[in-house]
Amino acid sequence: MTLRVNDLKVYYQTLRGDVHALDGVTFDLADGEIMGLAGESGCGKTTLGKSMIRLDSRMRHVGGTIELNGKDVPIADDNAMVPLRYHEISLIPQYAMSALNPTRKIGRMVNELLRARGVRPADIADELNRRLELVGLDTDVLNRFPIELSGGMKQRVVMVISTLLDPSLLIADEVTSALDVSTQRAVAESMVEFRDRGYVKSMIFVTHDISLVYQMADTIMVMYAGHIVEKAPATTIINEPKHPYTQMLIGALPEVGSTTVQGRLEGIPGTPPGLLDPPTGCRFKDRCPMAFSKCSEQPPLVEIEPGHWAACWKTG
Amino acid sequence: MWRYIGRKLFVYLLTFIVAVTINWMIPRFMPGDPVQSMLSRAQVSDPEALEAMTSYYENLFGLDSPLYEQYLNFWWGLLQGDLGISVMRYPEPVTDIILGAVPYTLALLLPAILLSWIVGNRFGAFAARSKILDNTVLPVGYILTATPYMWLALLLAWSLGIVAGIFPASGGYSFSLRPEFSWLFVSDLIAHWFLPFLSMFLVALGGWAIGMRNMIIYELEADYANYLQALGAPRKLIRRYAFRNAMLPQITGLAVQLGTIIAGSLLTEIVFNYPGLGSLILDSLNNRDFFLLQGVFLFVVVGVLIANFIIDIVYVLIDPRTRVQMTGGSS
Repeated sequence: MTLRVNDLKVYYQTLRGDVHALDGVTFDLADGEIMGLAGESGCGKTTLGKSMIRLDSRMRHVGGTIELNGKDVPIADDNAMVPLRYHEISLIPQYAMSALNPTRKIGRMVNELLRARGVRPADIADELNRRLELVGLDTDVLNRFPIELSGGMKQRVVMVISTLLDPSLLIADEVTSALDVSTQRAVAESMVEFRDRGYVKSMIFVTHDISLVYQMADTIMVMYAGHIVEKAPATTIINEPKHPYTQMLIGALPEVGSTTVQGRLEGIPGTPPGLLDPPTGCRFKDRCPMAFSKCSEQPPLVEIEPGHWAACWKTG
Repeated sequence: MWRYIGRKLFVYLLTFIVAVTINWMIPRFMPGDPVQSMLSRAQVSDPEALEAMTSYYENLFGLDSPLYEQYLNFWWGLLQGDLGISVMRYPEPVTDIILGAVPYTLALLLPAILLSWIVGNRFGAFAARSKILDNTVLPVGYILTATPYMWLALLLAWSLGIVAGIFPASGGYSFSLRPEFSWLFVSDLIAHWFLPFLSMFLVALGGWAIGMRNMIIYELEADYANYLQALGAPRKLIRRYAFRNAMLPQITGLAVQLGTIIAGSLLTEIVFNYPGLGSLILDSLNNRDFFLLQGVFLFVVVGVLIANFIIDIVYVLIDPRTRVQMTGGSS
């Protein structure tokens, strides 16, 4: 078991109180697993991704643990996290287009970063060149400044830099969101390739694009309002979702739901609850057509069949 | 690269020609006849002698020829380094008077501009680091920039010069000394230099520090800083990148400020009665010595142009984005 997250709670501190962005999240990630993490904006998926590598100044670790390869990940302690970052846990950020220092040549920046992390750049130069070529880049990009690269090129450079030290866990946060469809596919394929070659052990692929993640991920985890609603192998999530929210979410997608003949695509009526003062019980109950009296208690995340977890009183 | 520099040089040359032309025009259209004022000082009462002297002086200063000839002569003289003869200190050539004043102005301006810029940037970057520093350095910076220059200069002259008596408050060197290269004279020169320097330094310091502090905070929030932090890069590396990127607007700021700083030196030199170009401007205005005035302005214009040109080049060297644009690359 590579990653084990247990009842993780991370709140955002605001002037009006705590925003419960992650409110008790529990899941496991196996070796070599690519997990798609899907959900609406504001459901906590980016917060979950960030929590595992670096809490920003507004984020507060309230409870729960993260274990990586059997060792505790001290996410609340910024200094204790430093040795893990990049070596064990790495990140491809949402803003990959602007993640590179504009006034340094890329190669020089990489060398300075490596040296700062205790790695001799010369030891890894060949590997760096090989991986750049693998993602279809000329090794000459190292002699260029970030503005001389296109968006897709920058994305791929960041991908190579982030995975250069072969981390156990890679968090890819909305890496395809700013790209056009054909580039999206190329990036997604490279990510799988990186996993297959062992450059990264396992990966959390944060996205709101379920149809893309379906093509590359082994498992998909769906979040809603700071809770996990369902986690299952990708095909199961798409073809046999159990949780009403997942069902409605998949029903709202044109591409993946095309196996069933539908007239009009249905959206999910209503909006997600505010997380400043979240409702008790199941957080989806106000929008759920199947809600009944028991939903005022919070449903636990239970394994309804091997590898398929859901948090709903109707499925349990 | 060379095409870019060539284009810049062309623009600067054009600016220079326009500046020289305006420079030549202004004193000639100013009210007051310099020859008359000179003659009235000589108090000649004989009308015949007066006429002879008038035509002698007009011929000497080249004022008897038509305007276009005066203009061409001016350019011709300029190319030979001859800016005419001063009316105020007749018969000293303008060039000599200016060259006598330039060292004082440069010795005042260069250290004040550069030191305040360097120290201000360091202070600002430092202040962005901690709350305590931020809460102390910043208010001091605001007070310094908000203080009217005249007032600060007078305050310094009064407190350090007159009340405390540590530094002389007026002049370039003591009247009892003659310019020579001796320990006594040099130390006296430095003592006289200190107050005007300090006043210029302090006024500029606050602005640079505030600007730098804001830029650093902005840069530390930038995406590349966040990315490096997520990859566990030490603060030292991130700060180095932030500092370098924050410098870019500060360098532009320096270029923009240069012109006003020279105007500021005029005030300094007047307040402290310092024998540089600023005092020369005031004296020549009071004496309607437009050859001298013209010469000083010309010097200031050339100075600003050279400084801006240097900064243009420096900017190209440190910011790859300008470099890419001018070599025709796409952004």
